[in-house]
Amino acid sequence: MHFDSLSEFFAMGGYAFYVWLSYGVTFTLLIGLTVISIRQRRNLINEIRSKQLREQKLKEYRKGKE
Amino acid sequence: MWKWLHPYAKPERSYQLATTLLPWFAISSIFCLSIGVVWGLAFAPVDYQQGESYRIIFIHVPAATLSLSTYMAMATAALVGMVWQLKLADAAAAAIAPIGAVLTAVALVTGAAWGKPMWGTWWIWDARLTTQLILLFIYLGIIALHSSFEDKVLAGRAAGILTLVGVINIPIIKYSVEWWNTLHQGATISKLDKPSMDSAMLIPLLINILGFALMIGALTLIRFRNEVIARNAMRPWVKELVALENK
Repeated sequence: MHFDSLSEFFAMGGYAFYVWLSYGVTFTLLIGLTVISIRQRRNLINEIRSKQLREQKLKEYRKGKE
Repeated sequence: MWKWLHPYAKPERSYQLATTLLPWFAISSIFCLSIGVVWGLAFAPVDYQQGESYRIIFIHVPAATLSLSTYMAMATAALVGMVWQLKLADAAAAAIAPIGAVLTAVALVTGAAWGKPMWGTWWIWDARLTTQLILLFIYLGIIALHSSFEDKVLAGRAAGILTLVGVINIPIIKYSVEWWNTLHQGATISKLDKPSMDSAMLIPLLINILGFALMIGALTLIRFRNEVIARNAMRPWVKELVALENK
């Protein structure tokens, strides 16, 4: 390990703000994109499912009318 | 010779291939990134000129270089989509665009946070920084075009044209540090014969570049799968897929 103590590691030789800002923003953006991309799939599948249900109901309704 | 590729023009086959590849890309990228980030932040030696602030390099350089590579990958997909009218290629291009935009934003933010302590300014309108900012706007324009058309064929064509025009920006970004006087330093690691960086810093950087590349691959696969499902919602195989998925 390059640093002698944990507090020295967090201090980053006086550049703590810049280093942790960079790593924080990067981590947040990348995790955010990953979460959004994974959730998109859930939403898509729910959308397609409800559309299918709607179509099925419409079909049954039409059948009942005949 | 290339006939084995033909079945993958079918959305279902491509979707299955993406599903198979995804865990490998995801696991290997997490593996590389955890090693690279911990090594870069805590174990790499300090820079004699820049002190500890140089540790930003371990995310700035991978994000910046790969924002260009990602653009070229997207442009290749867009070209294939336009020339051979392959719908899956358009889906791939649409899947990649937001990833490239995030990488470009990361490169700009980390660059600013590195520029402030080293150059004394967050931002300067010089060649490298300005062209990279233009890259972000091009990415955002492409994303906007992809989502402005209900008709995905039309969207793919419109975004494809912008993508191909935007390719001109890529060599300008890459060589901006040589063509113009700029605060930004020149290439450090691409001089493979004589890299001007100690291996104790270079190795974690290369591991992180690999990790970023694998992560881009994993994200592309996740988003490509979504695009394929969205564009084939009425197909029987997607209906089956939806039925199998638990609520």
